[in-house]
Amino acid sequence: MAVLVIAENTNDELKDATLSAVTAAQAFGGDVHVLVAGSGCAPVADQAAKIAGVAKVLLADDPAYDHGLAEALSALVISLADGYDQLVTPAGTMGKNFMPRVAAALDVAQVSEAVEIVDANTFKRPIYAGNAIATVKSSDAKKVVTIRPTSFDKAPGEGGSAAVEPVAKVDAPALSSFISQELNESDRPDLSSADVIISGGRALGSAENFEIIERLADKLGAAVGASRAAVDAGFVPNDYQVGQTGKIVAPKLYIAVGISGAIQHLAGMKDSKIIVAINKDEEAPIFQVADYGLVADLFEAVPELEKQIG
Amino acid sequence: MKVLVPVKRVVDYNVKVRVKADNSGVELANVKMSMNPFDEIAVEEAVRLKEAGTATEVVVVSIGPKQAQETIRTGLAMGGDRGILVEYDAETEPLAVAKLLKAIAAEENPDLVVLGKQAIDDDCSQTGQMLAQLLGWSQGTFASKVTPGDGTVDVTREIDGGLETIQLKMPAVVTADLRLNEPRYASLPNIMKAKKKEIAMKTPADYGVDMTPRLSTERVEEPPERQAGVMVESVSDLVAALKEKGAL
Ligand SMILES: Cc1cc2nc3c(=O)[nH]c(=O)nc-3n(C[C@H](O)[C@H](O)[C@H](O)COP(=O)(O)OP(=O)(O)OC[C@H]3O[C@@H](n4cnc5c(N)ncnc54)[C@H](O)[C@@H]3O)c2cc1C
Ligand SMILES: Nc1ncnc2c1ncn2[C@@H]1O[C@H](COP(=O)(O)O)[C@@H](O)[C@H]1O
Repeated sequence: MAVLVIAENTNDELKDATLSAVTAAQAFGGDVHVLVAGSGCAPVADQAAKIAGVAKVLLADDPAYDHGLAEALSALVISLADGYDQLVTPAGTMGKNFMPRVAAALDVAQVSEAVEIVDANTFKRPIYAGNAIATVKSSDAKKVVTIRPTSFDKAPGEGGSAAVEPVAKVDAPALSSFISQELNESDRPDLSSADVIISGGRALGSAENFEIIERLADKLGAAVGASRAAVDAGFVPNDYQVGQTGKIVAPKLYIAVGISGAIQHLAGMKDSKIIVAINKDEEAPIFQVADYGLVADLFEAVPELEKQIG
Repeated sequence: MKVLVPVKRVVDYNVKVRVKADNSGVELANVKMSMNPFDEIAVEEAVRLKEAGTATEVVVVSIGPKQAQETIRTGLAMGGDRGILVEYDAETEPLAVAKLLKAIAAEENPDLVVLGKQAIDDDCSQTGQMLAQLLGWSQGTFASKVTPGDGTVDVTREIDGGLETIQLKMPAVVTADLRLNEPRYASLPNIMKAKKKEIAMKTPADYGVDMTPRLSTERVEEPPERQAGVMVESVSDLVAALKEKGAL
């Protein structure tokens, strides 16, 4: 039978994480179908149809799916589940929100944030903030899996020519409604898929001071991240948080500035290819994972770095 | 309004866990255990609703070993009214916990169940959502603000792109994110008072829930170690090193 990948998308764009989910889904061996749910999201379905290795795209285009409300989206996926042995979606805030509802309805355990699909029943997943990797075997007939996008290559976004098949809206009781959103628009690359990330911590001291991180990021074409402490202090918005309970990133280059390196922060970035740490405390734990460590005052080192890159 | 808060006893967030030599799990002997940090935030939110006059009773529930009574007591010292411990010695899975919580909700009839968004041991982030599905209720996950209205509750959620506010019909399930509030430390008098609060002792059998795990842990390993790096002396050395690596 086939695998259903539930796409992560805005109504006009497929998120890269979906490409990683397709690669993960291929490990099960069956045909891969992609469900695109949204409102006015037909262009996303066309994009999904071009992914190499996708056999069919299901398009649920209805105002009910506009904001990905968990109740509506899970009802839709549950209605399609009969036709699939495995259901896979990226472990972003969207997948984490609706997928456990699907698992509960099907009476199966969800495998959260799989980093490897060993075989059709066996998965590797991080536990304890990534301080251990568990291999778990599922005894459920159907598998409901969220995958960690940084652990799977992106399937090529070109080369496929799947058919797009519309699916009707599934009636679900209107238990919740969308009121508003505050999305952080920026011209910088997306944190979850950027090649270079520069993150700042508590040491930055204020939102104004944080601008030196942003300036350096713009020079490098990098995304900006932060520690929890910097977010809690209000220097930057919540979606900048990297870590166990924020975003998991694995860029080619990660520069941690004024971040101590608590395990919860390391959990989110230690799979980065090259890690640079700038911290004035030579004992800071961040240096234990850094490829290049610089003991310096960030307020001198960061502007200097910006100048030298220039 | 009645609020139910499920709290999990987990390895304290400051402990760096070690994998057992035989790869069967992580070392839990003589390790400090605490309330899951997100559940502290959940308890705090429930207690604030009570202090604001919105909630009338806060019931703290845990599924775990006898020692999880201490975890419940912590919640009672923060301001919870009474506790329920469903005694179970092995590891719990979110699906089974959600089934137990559904049964407890059927007896207690809460208007709101506030959970943590994630247990920091299994890092599953499933239980609240599963409970909402099993109950046929609405859900507001990863909450950074909770504002009850008339038969509804507005929840601001931390999502990948920023923040989103949704309105839920009550009864509802909410899961707490880090920025929802800053949990209080229980005062000594409140810790003393909590000792006298009632904790009902139950078992999974009382609720007819089968706890058999669906996922068996085959092996637990250390994550790949990172190679030790080098310290550079200056910004110019750093830039030179990164250029040499092709990283700049
Ligand atoms: C349940 C839970 C979940 C969590 N999830 C996350 C998460 O997802 N992500 C996360 O990041 N954290 C998370 N945390 C928080 C984490 O434990 C740490 O508290 C946090 O990462 C610390 O942030 P920081 O490194 O910016 O601050 P600090 O630990 O205060 O470190 C600041 C660093 O800056 C250095 N410094 C100070 N001044 C200068 C200067 N002028 N120049 C250079 N260096 C300087 C100091 O030496 C220090 O090392 C979580 C915690 C809990 C309990
Ligand atoms: N054994 C348990 N006892 C009580 N509450 C639990 C238990 N397991 C999970 N929870 C609740 O569910 C939340 C999410 O846990 P999880 O789905 O395991 O990440 C936790 O923050 C708790 O509020």
